[in-house]
Amino acid sequence: MRTALADRTPDVRTTWPPLPRRTRPRRTALTIRTPISRRATTILTVLSLAVPFSAWVVLSASGAVPATFLPPPGAVVSAGWETARSGELAVDVWTTTRRVLQGFGLAVLVSVPLGILMGAFQAGQAAFEPLIGLLRYLPASAFIPLLIIWLGLGEPSKIAILFIGTVFFNTLMTADVVRGVPRPLIDVSYTLGARRGEVLRKVVVPHSLPGIIDAVRVNAAAAWNFVVVAELVNSTAGLGYRIVRAQRFLQTDKIFAVLVVIGVIGVTIDVALRLVRARVGRWAA
Amino acid sequence: MTLALTDVSKEYGQKLALDGVNLTVSPREFLCVVGASGSGKSTLLSLVAGLMMPTTGEITVDGHPITGPGPDRGLVFQNGSLYPWRTVERNVAFGLELLALDTAERDRRVDWYLAETGLAGVRRSLPRRLSGGQQQRVAIARALVCEPDVLLLDEPFGALDVQTKEDMQLLIRQIWLDTGTTVLMVTHDVEEAVFLGTRVVVLASDPGRVAAEVRVPLAEDRDLAVKRTPAFLALRASVEDMVRCGVTR
Ligand SMILES: Nc1ncnc2c1ncn2[C@@H]1O[C@H](COP(=O)(O)OP(=O)(O)O)[C@@H](O)[C@H]1O
Ligand SMILES: [Mg+2]
Repeated sequence: MRTALADRTPDVRTTWPPLPRRTRPRRTALTIRTPISRRATTILTVLSLAVPFSAWVVLSASGAVPATFLPPPGAVVSAGWETARSGELAVDVWTTTRRVLQGFGLAVLVSVPLGILMGAFQAGQAAFEPLIGLLRYLPASAFIPLLIIWLGLGEPSKIAILFIGTVFFNTLMTADVVRGVPRPLIDVSYTLGARRGEVLRKVVVPHSLPGIIDAVRVNAAAAWNFVVVAELVNSTAGLGYRIVRAQRFLQTDKIFAVLVVIGVIGVTIDVALRLVRARVGRWAA
Repeated sequence: MTLALTDVSKEYGQKLALDGVNLTVSPREFLCVVGASGSGKSTLLSLVAGLMMPTTGEITVDGHPITGPGPDRGLVFQNGSLYPWRTVERNVAFGLELLALDTAERDRRVDWYLAETGLAGVRRSLPRRLSGGQQQRVAIARALVCEPDVLLLDEPFGALDVQTKEDMQLLIRQIWLDTGTTVLMVTHDVEEAVFLGTRVVVLASDPGRVAAEVRVPLAEDRDLAVKRTPAFLALRASVEDMVRCGVTR
């Protein structure tokens, strides 16, 4: 039985020069992960919005850039007000939102169960991962001509673009989340008497839900992008269509107004999903 | 209930983790298996739990071969196996929710085990609000509420500080005395094994196999003071030597 240390290492360290010392950097606001004051946070946030906005105001007011290129904020507001009052905006917003709900909704309905299947069963992973891994690298916008040939110019081709643009990413992200369910949690559930379906329903799904909502939130932003792209190509209503029409008449102010509307709706969706996620994932916080 | 392992071996690919293990756990026994890290303790418990099948050999409960995991063999891991979205009481109730049991009956059972494990005060807390010791108590209560024939403990106190660990040792002994359950516990902590066990089995490493077996001749009614008695210290020292021999071979 070995109890003591074996042969000691000869101590040659006495012949070494001392280790050089480095000066210790002071803690500043830019030290990694250092908290900054509430006031500094507010100032930075306000500046990050105020600087670009002021630049816009100054550039358009000075006349350095023609109004057809860069309309002044006032013109954008009145153009927006004009489209809103005519009822045009409401129709466009609803048309676009409906397409997102249908296309992305369908993608969620397909991708979440499929992702759970891929994350929970190695067979599901082996069967779907190669194809989906490949398909997600094909840009959805490149499918537009093909889909128009297949499905025509109407709603189906637009919904299909949204679907193709989001379903693969959402599937793979869901599968990743499901694969993150700790092994001991699954093992212990079996020893408590749960069957396969019960483990899926009562353990895998609840544990994955916050992560799945995160995936949906990321891909909702993508969906919102794709729908406008689809509408730019061919449509008779929707926010993308409104932009193309405004372009035809050089109504830059109207384009800006629609862009603002798109941005506001996007942020609203994001905030709503964040709230849902915070509620569902309270246990993980 | 008698649990019997006959010539049980387990290979992970090329790696032989357990080699010809024979072991019998008698009813009402508190059997502790000690061994160094990597000696195959967790493998042994996973096999008994039915989470894996042995490469060769057989594991039986009352003569019936084990075919898979079930609530008759409750398992407690070192940590991190609570459902983080379920409160303490709903964690404990998990196994009962799977049975056709009316709510009153379920609550009555959950309440008893919460009281027995000293968790009544935190029953509506989420696991992340609990200390490490409390979390392990939830895991123990959750296994026990299913009334297992044998409670399997895999280094259940290994991640706790020394004081909490000793509190938990007293608690698990008390539970064992109160409920009359059979316990199979693996640990690398020889003192813990000798203090808790009615019998201690030493596992040698590479490949894991039974190196020695010691009956613990201490009174059933033990408190922490027994750890300082000459009889305890002598037994502990001899088991520690066996563990060390098993490692270096
Ligand atoms: N899933 C696995 N695949 C391959 N080797 C494993 C696996 N699990 C455990 N082992 C190996 O088997 C041996 C026993 O492991 P384990 O049962 O976890 O030991 P212990 O719990 O005593 O630390 C170790 O050498 C370990 O590396
Ligand atoms: Mg282990």
